[in-house]
Parts: sequence; C-alpha cells; structure tokens
Amino acid sequence: MSDIAPAIELVGISKAFGPVQANKDISIRVMPGTIHGIIGENGAGKSTLMSILYGFYKADAGEIFIAGQKTQIPDSQAAIAAGIGMVFQHFKLVQNFSVLENVVLGAEDGALLRPSLAKARKQLKSLAEEYELHVNPDAIIEDLGVGMQQRVEILKALYRKADILILDEPTGVLTPPEADQLFRILGRLKAEGKTIILITHKLREIMDITDTVSVMRRGEMDSTVKTSETNPADLAERMVGRKVLLRVDKTPAKPKDVVLEVRDLNITDEKGVHRLKGVSFNVRAGEILGIAGVSGNGQSELLEVLGGYEKATGEILMNGVPLDLTGAHSDGQSRRARGIAHVPEDRQHDGLIMDFSAWENTAFGYHHDPEYQINALLMDNAAILRDAKEKMDRFDVRPANPLLSAKNFSGGNQQKIVVAREIERDPDLLLVGQPTRGVDIGAIEFIHQQIVALRDAGKAILLVSVELDEIMGLSDRIAVMFDGKIMGERLPENTNEKELGLLMAGVTDGESA
Amino acid sequence: MDKMPKWADVALVPVVSLIIAALISAIVFVAVGQNPWEALKLMAYGAVGTSDFLGYTLFYATNFIFTGLAVAVAFHASLFNIGGEGQVLLGGLGAAIVVLFVPLPHWTLALIAGATAAAVFGALWVAIPAYLQARRGSHIVITTIMFNFMASGVLIYMLSGPLKPDGNMQIATAIFPEASHLPSLNDIARLFGSDLFGRSPVNISILIALLACVAVWALIWHTRLGYQIRALGRSESAAKYAGISAVNITMIALLISGGLAGMMAVNNTMGINTPQLVDNAAGGAGFIGIAVALMGRNHPVGIIIAALLFGALYQGGAELSAATSIPVQIVVVIQALVIMFTGALDEMVRAPIEKLFIRFGRSRAAGE
Repeated sequence: MSDIAPAIELVGISKAFGPVQANKDISIRVMPGTIHGIIGENGAGKSTLMSILYGFYKADAGEIFIAGQKTQIPDSQAAIAAGIGMVFQHFKLVQNFSVLENVVLGAEDGALLRPSLAKARKQLKSLAEEYELHVNPDAIIEDLGVGMQQRVEILKALYRKADILILDEPTGVLTPPEADQLFRILGRLKAEGKTIILITHKLREIMDITDTVSVMRRGEMDSTVKTSETNPADLAERMVGRKVLLRVDKTPAKPKDVVLEVRDLNITDEKGVHRLKGVSFNVRAGEILGIAGVSGNGQSELLEVLGGYEKATGEILMNGVPLDLTGAHSDGQSRRARGIAHVPEDRQHDGLIMDFSAWENTAFGYHHDPEYQINALLMDNAAILRDAKEKMDRFDVRPANPLLSAKNFSGGNQQKIVVAREIERDPDLLLVGQPTRGVDIGAIEFIHQQIVALRDAGKAILLVSVELDEIMGLSDRIAVMFDGKIMGERLPENTNEKELGLLMAGVTDGESA
Repeated sequence: MDKMPKWADVALVPVVSLIIAALISAIVFVAVGQNPWEALKLMAYGAVGTSDFLGYTLFYATNFIFTGLAVAVAFHASLFNIGGEGQVLLGGLGAAIVVLFVPLPHWTLALIAGATAAAVFGALWVAIPAYLQARRGSHIVITTIMFNFMASGVLIYMLSGPLKPDGNMQIATAIFPEASHLPSLNDIARLFGSDLFGRSPVNISILIALLACVAVWALIWHTRLGYQIRALGRSESAAKYAGISAVNITMIALLISGGLAGMMAVNNTMGINTPQLVDNAAGGAGFIGIAVALMGRNHPVGIIIAALLFGALYQGGAELSAATSIPVQIVVVIQALVIMFTGALDEMVRAPIEKLFIRFGRSRAAGE
C-alpha cells in the first residue's frame, strides 16, 4: 500500500476563526479509487476542512499533497486545476439555464459559446455512457428533480476533469430512491478509478457505501477506520464522544380525546394542480401520528394549512371547534392562539430569521405575547432576552449566547432554538416537519426525547418526516401519503419498511397482493 | 462568524469611501485647473466657517435627516422607497394648505398642524404605490419614481393655479401668515445673547428631525411593529410562517416612510426665512436621503452623521462655486462622487476591507 501515493493527503491542517479552532492539526490520507467517508456532528469541522481543500479558506498551518505532490490551493480555480471537484449541499446551478449551459458555465473556451456548447454536448454524451450519468443536456434546470440536478453538479465536476469528487451531505435533499441511485453512480465512479470523499452525518450511508471512514469531533480528527471493521454504534460513539441511543426510547402511548380532526381536506394550487385530495385523519392527545411519504406528496401543504399559511377547502376541527381555512383567521397568529405550535420543515427559510439574533428568534411568531411587552407600544426586549437565555440553557443550545445571529449556529442548534420556542409554548397540538433534517446525532436524540416528552404530557403531535427510520421510531400511528392522498394507516409494530415503502410509492394493498 | 468588527463596518468603511471620493475629486479639481487643497479649504469654510454657513449646513442636514429616515424605515422592510422627492413636495402642499387656510394663532400650533398635514400628505402620496406593491406586486421602485414626476406636475398646477396669490409672478404660494413663522435657531440663540446661526434658516424643526430619529429608533428596535417590519424585510416566507401579514406591514412601513419624507416640509417650507411653498421645494433632498440612509446603515445615529456630512457638502459646495470660478457643475460632480462611493459603491470598498480583516485575523491567530 505504501508504494501508491494517496490521492489526497492532508498533514497538520489547522484553521481558526477568531477564537474558534475549527480544525486542529488534522491529518488524513485518502487512497485513490476509494470512497472515503468523513463523518462528524455539525460543527465538528468537516465543512471547514473541505473548504480548505477546495480553496475557499486558507489553512493557518499544514500542507496539502495531491497524488504525492505538495500543492497550494489558494482558490477554487486551483482546486479544479488539481483535479478536485465539489458537489455542494445546496446546488450552484442557474435555474433557467439548460443542463448544457450550466455545465459549460465558467469553463467556456472562448468568447463564442457555440463551439464550447458543441464540445460539451459531445463530452456529456461520453461521460453519460462511461458513468451511466444520463441527463438530457437540453433540459432546463428548474424542470429537473433534485436528484437530476445533483447529477448535473457531478457532471460539472467531471467535465472539469475532476479525479477527486467531494460531496457535501449529498443525500440531505434526496428521497430514498434518489439516494440509492446516487450511490450506484458513486460506485460506478469508484470503479472507474475516481476518488470520492463523502461528507455526511448519516451512519447508514457510511456503512453502505464507504471503504474507509474518518470521524471528526470538535475540530479534531478522532480516528480513521476501515468501514468493514466498524459498526454504526461504534461510529456514533466516536462522533459524539459518548454512548448514544440510536433508537428512540419511549413507552406505549396512552391516547385520549381527539385533538385534531381533519376531514376531506383539499388544496388546488394556482396552476390548478391538486396538492391535497380529500385528506382525512385525526390525532389524539398523548399520541404521535407520523406521516410518511416521499417529499412533495402533499405533506408540506398539509403542514402549511394547519400552520396557517396555506388556504384549503374541507374541515379541520381543533378540540372540536372548526378552524378558519380561508378567511381572516386562517393566519399563523390565529393558529397559535388556538394552541397549535409548529416546527416547520425548513427552519432556515421559515422557522427562523437567519439575520435575527437568537433572542429575537425566540419571540418569533409569539411577538404578541403579553409577556414580551412593556406596554401597548413597546416590546420588552430584556424579557425576551431573559427567556431566550433560559430556553437555550434548558435545550442545551451551543454556544448559549442569545446575542449571536441564528445563522451563526449549527443546524442542530438552530433546530433546538425552534423546538424550544414551539414546545415550551405548551401547545395542544405540535406540528413537526422534518425535525432532524441536517441535525447531528447528539441533537437528534435530544429533539426526539423532547417530542416524546411532550406526548407523554398528553399533547397531540403530528410528525411529518421523509426519514422512514424516524417515522418508525417515533410514531404511535403511521399514515402514508402519496400524491396528495392518505394511502393508509399502520401501527408501527404491525408494519415494516417494505410495506410502508410500497404505500409511499402509491401501491395499495389490493395491487400488491 | 462576522467578517469584521462592528466599528470597521459602521465607521471605517464610510471613512475610506469618503477618502476615495475626495481623492478622485482632487483629480477633477486638478483637471479643471484648480488647487484641490485650496478648494477643500474653501469648501470646509463654506460649510462651517461662519454663523450663516454653519446654519445653512444644519438646515440642509435637517432636510436630509427626514428623507434619510424615510428611506431607512422602508428599507428595513426591504422596500426601496425612492419617491422621497415627490412625497416631500406633497408634504409641502399639505403644510401650505393648512397654514394658509386654517387660522393658527401661534407657531407651536402651526408646527403641529403643519407637520401633521405634511406627514399625512406624504403618506397619502405613497399610499397608491404602497397598495400596488402590497396587493399587486408592482415594483415600488418603478411606481414611486413615476409618482415623483406626477408630484412635480401636481405641485406646479397647484402653485400656478389654485394656490397662486393674485399679482404674483413667481410659481409659489403666498407667504405664510406671520403667526405661523417658526422660530429660527438664531432667534433662540439670541435669547442667550449669541448670534451663532446668523441669518441662516435653520430652525426649530431640526429638533423635530432629532425627535423623529428617536421615534424611528424606538419603532424599529423596540416595538412589535418594528419587529414585524424587520422580520418581513429579512424573510418574507418566515414572516408568513409567523403569521405576519406582508400586505399590512408593507403598507404601514411605506406609509410611515412617506410620512417622514413629507414632514421635511416643516423645515424647507415652513421654516425658511420667507415661509412659502415654491415649485422646486424638494431640491433633490429625496434622492440624497437614499445616500444618507445607505451611508448611515439605516440607523438613526448613522443617518444624523451622514446627513450632517451631506449638509456640509451641499452648503460648502454652494459656497465654493460662489466664491471661485469653479463651475457649479463641478460641485455637483463632487457631490455625486461622494454619493456614489458612500452609497452605490459601498460593497466595492467593503469587500477589500473585509478581506484585510480576515487576513489580519488569520495572521494573528497563527502567531498565537
């Protein structure tokens, strides 16, 4: 093994942002033709390390060797020249350009586009054949699904002759089938001799696809092990630095009265597409109803109607009293007044104002609360600040500094700020969308415990998640949505992933039998 | 992680911008055969050298505080109200109508009534663009700038028709009744035996401007309304989630913005030495307000400082062209350079300074 130079070798990389040591003396060797996983909690320094490798940051100390050659990477152009390609978590594609135009963008040969496009078209064809990366070169990006857009990102990197591909949380936005497809592509790339670095916090992906895995913790490299010689529990422990419960610990539910009753709910959007088609279900006090489904099958719209920012027809009863679905009282404020709290699916877009400080976000949505006012005119900023500090302490938000902007917290800590705000309102009904998307393991465990605790306090919880593990682990009852309809309800103890997967794909009992 | 300390953000960047604008101005002066150093000295003298000059600087600064605040309030809701010019004119119309047709026995009453009318007229003038933005999504930049032209037309019609006093050649209203004349700051200084502000028109409305600064500060950072304005401005989708009505908040923020711009009339119409409404009453203050708000980072304290600077530039520039053979157009060029560098090209100066801070921070961290 020693006679082959590593595709990438980092030696003694350190990087500080002010007082925060994001990377501390990190050394890592990535062998060519392997898939190397880098795993760690949010804030462990994975992204910083990759940003150094891709030339976004300059390391304070340390050396980078590419294929045995010491290499300086001052910017991303140099990284591309060194054969490194990066696929970001949030795609960097021009939405109204075609696939071909996006691939060429920034790598044009001259002032005239036509020859570059013709060349790219030919190359895309051969890349598609070589790696089974089939995408219609003339499709417009905004018409493509997320999985296809990700392929375009990979094609962009390959078009730029990347031998080393870095993928940052690539499955964060993918549905399970799309993720499987991605992994097949990665396997193919590896077979063709490419080196792949996969940054993720999902243990299953690491176990499924990587050859080697490096675990980072608090800016340091904890260990690098062969994937075949480890297991999820061991990795989780290395990541967090203590034993972690991978399963949700909960007692059987004791459901009581119906809190939420949804009857024949329909939504037609402005393009005339039926988003919800006669959805009916109920949630009782003291139980968690999990809604499973591939994203985009109406779950988001359902949450938006219940949360008060989407109109619908049909009937929703909250504690037996109808909710206003279209009129003046169909807004988020009215919903909160009726005892509905909402942890939205997209915390950065909806749940938080990223430029607001943590304390300002603590009052978000509850800014009319009398507790937060001095008098009719002035808000009591000091009271909000105090409340934020207490909530952050109770929910172990790190750093526990309410003056920091929301954008300066890691995903898990941002989510804790939202969850603390919503759960501590003691709502009758908690809506939770993707509670642990982009959240690290330690925080997932904590957030799950909080949701279960709220259930045990006799509250109704509606959980929407695309993570089947999460649905299976948390729910007391599972409803599966497909194409705007509820395909069926199951009890977690009487079903399995296969059955749910079929329902998620729209296959009903009769057809599958 | 913030890229640079706050002091650099609020102080260093504008100062560097100013220096660059000054250097380019110097080149312009040399090009027209003038000594830039002498010109700078003359401008500084023209801005604060005598009681009159100082007073005029403060007078203009008062205008710019009102329009700067107007831009800032809308900007916190991510709305770009560039219709300050028109709202100022309409504010003047409101103040003039009230003061001319309602008998007001004392200047305090005139001030209150005039300011209220000016604010209401300014707010009403932005109400239609605001409604179109909030309900129909018509872009506020387009509509407000169109409304500037209309305001100018409305004003000229009113001044050459309904409000034209008999036997007057000027396009202006009659001079306001004596009882409504606002005391100038020099009148107040004279009570203490001083002649600090000479014959300049700077008047009691500068205090109204400062009060407006306090009010805007409290509104934006200490009220629910301000919280909702900022929330909507930062993230419309999050505002929706929180049950903040984008339509209502857009309307309210713009009405407040228009009201603030309109209130400038108290200074430039009621507060001048011969109080009357003239056709070019706004004098570009509506546009300078944009630069003032940008340079002042949409914060009242910053706006006061920026307004003083632009007041000095405006007044000093006028003296410069009066005292030398430097054409007045060159002075306008200088003002434009300052606006360009402190306002429009802010990011051009900011980015390299941020980079320096990052590099400096890095080398210091490595040294530890």
